[in-house]
Amino acid sequence: MCQEGRSPVFLQSERFGGTLMKKIVELKNISKSFDGETVLDNINLDIYDNEFLTLLGPSGCGKTTTLRIIGGFEHPDQGDVIFMGERINDMPPHKRNVNTVFQKYAMFPHLNVFENIAFPLRERRVPKKTIEEKVHEMLSMVMLNGFDHRRVTSLSGGQQQRVAIARALIGQPKVLLLDEPLGALDLKLRKDMQQELKKIQKATGITFIFVTHDQEEALTMSDTIVVMSQGRIQQIGTPQDIYNEPKNAFVADFIGESNILDGTMLKDLMVRFSGTTFQCVDKGFAPQEPVDVVVRPEDVDIVAQEKGMLRGVVTSVTFMGVHYEVIVDIGGFKWMIQTTDYVGEGEYIGLYIEPDAIHIMKKSEYSGLYGDYSSFSNELDELSDPGEESEDYE
Amino acid sequence: MKTTSRIYTALVFIFLFAPIAILLVFSFNESKSLSVFGGFSIKWYRELLHDEATLESVRNTLLLAVSAMVISTVMGTAAAVGIQKLRSKWLRTALSTATDIPMTNPDIITGISLMLMFVFVGRLFGLANSLSFWTMLIAHVTFCLPYVILQVLPRLRQMDPSLPEAAQDLGCPPLRAFFKVVLPEIRPGIVTGAIMAFTLSLDDFVISYFTSGAGFQTLPVRIYNMTKKTVTPKMYALATIIFFVILALLLISNLTDQNKKKPNQ
Ligand SMILES: Nc1ncnc2c1ncn2[C@@H]1O[C@H](COP(=O)(O)OP(=O)(O)O)[C@@H](O)[C@H]1O
Ligand SMILES: [Mg+2]
Repeated sequence: MCQEGRSPVFLQSERFGGTLMKKIVELKNISKSFDGETVLDNINLDIYDNEFLTLLGPSGCGKTTTLRIIGGFEHPDQGDVIFMGERINDMPPHKRNVNTVFQKYAMFPHLNVFENIAFPLRERRVPKKTIEEKVHEMLSMVMLNGFDHRRVTSLSGGQQQRVAIARALIGQPKVLLLDEPLGALDLKLRKDMQQELKKIQKATGITFIFVTHDQEEALTMSDTIVVMSQGRIQQIGTPQDIYNEPKNAFVADFIGESNILDGTMLKDLMVRFSGTTFQCVDKGFAPQEPVDVVVRPEDVDIVAQEKGMLRGVVTSVTFMGVHYEVIVDIGGFKWMIQTTDYVGEGEYIGLYIEPDAIHIMKKSEYSGLYGDYSSFSNELDELSDPGEESEDYE
Repeated sequence: MKTTSRIYTALVFIFLFAPIAILLVFSFNESKSLSVFGGFSIKWYRELLHDEATLESVRNTLLLAVSAMVISTVMGTAAAVGIQKLRSKWLRTALSTATDIPMTNPDIITGISLMLMFVFVGRLFGLANSLSFWTMLIAHVTFCLPYVILQVLPRLRQMDPSLPEAAQDLGCPPLRAFFKVVLPEIRPGIVTGAIMAFTLSLDDFVISYFTSGAGFQTLPVRIYNMTKKTVTPKMYALATIIFFVILALLLISNLTDQNKKKPNQ
């Protein structure tokens, strides 16, 4: 059922060496609008020391704006930005102990790799010798040894990315902000960089606030995911929380594949949908309360028709490599099921769903927005994948 | 085909350089006549050296050109940065169009209107003769400014707008961030703008003519005033010197340009 805030597992991980982990950044009731249009609507978010936190949401939901408010490049219309207990609403960016990896890297083209990375230290008048040592340390951390005198304009996207990370980390900020840093890289490089970023975060212990619209990236990299939509936080939690216990239909639909159905909570541990009554593990709803029901495609078992809790006909089967994606018509609602067993198109089958595979959500403004899989096609899904390269060219 | 194009090229060069060649030859003419070459002499050059009023006007011209260049480059760059920073696209377009107007405006209109303004404002303050170095400077800055803006603005547009933010992010106060990362990016535009401002100011006659007072004459105005009396070969000498100075500057700037381009490519 819906849990407030973070799961018990996460609360435990907030404890470190017996002491409660420190809050580094707190956003309190932050609202922001541009030209009369609300972009952030009462954002409340605590970010902890040492955390890899991801802001996840479709393009235009306000992720960059949130990051820019923390960096000091935008000012909230309302609310407070707290940094290590101190209100920093009016502190200019250069005084904040926060560094940013910009979406398009923002390399200084007139400086070579060494000077780009050395930039923050030169600003602080660090002795030459120390600068040299630190830059080389950074270069080896991002695996660019020997690139000192290369022009940044001669580097590939992935290499510029690494220089940008080294430059942002050399000043040892408390927090690193990363705005879709992997968006422009190809898939293979992107996977490698995901691992590397995660490693760097662990090694340095710096809090990372990472922005992406890619749910898979968010799930694999984060300690905490903040799902945003239309300028509001929809859910905060661990990747497991977000996936297994989505708070509303938006989160369920945005993260992974899901069958979202209208249902009625009959009583505790008992829900009715698709004309059938199911055992479930959720409680605490009012009797007869209308709810949204989520069943993940991989949590459904295909069984013989007479043994099924639901019965229907297979309308399409797609081979995906590891599994098949099967679309089943059940009383007019098209379900998606992922299975390793082959079934043929046109076959009549039964579905079996374990009680803990059923997740109940309260009705929200997003209820009913996401239909079934009747118009589903993999290619279409990929085409309509938000963003990728269509973003942020104001 | 080949011969035609050669003849054509030759004709173009003749038309371009024949007047200058004639000027050159007659500046070394012993006699004052325009039809007879009375022998080689550098007496007109020597005479020029002793013409205090002309030398004064050369100094004036240079002083004015340098001042106008410095002021219009600084102001133009600042204006371009300001225009680029505007959030409203409409206002941005409107402003850059407005700065283009003085460029397309005929010089004579600009000159007369500036003179009118100076005299009018001078009268308001009870000055009998308000035209001076300062009014000319204002006039020259006015017509140079759009050219500087026009050179700097595209550079700013090409620049990644997150550069100054990145510098601030890494610990630079905003003004320092401008000098450390924005300026190097837009420098080529600024340099071109400055050179244009300098040459435009040197070159200008019409606007200078209307806005110069009795006490301050630039070289073009001085030459014009000299031609109203008698034309002496002294002026040919002057024109020849100017031609060669400009030629030298052109060669130098072309050579340094090529040197700069090589390592980048
Ligand atoms: N400087 C700005 N001026 C006007 N509108 C803006 C500005 N920055 C962002 N927006 C608008 O705010 C919304 C959220 O933008 P953004 O925070 O960049 O979203 P995201 O990073 O999640 O894609 C978008 O609709 C965008 O057009
Ligand atoms: Mg963004």
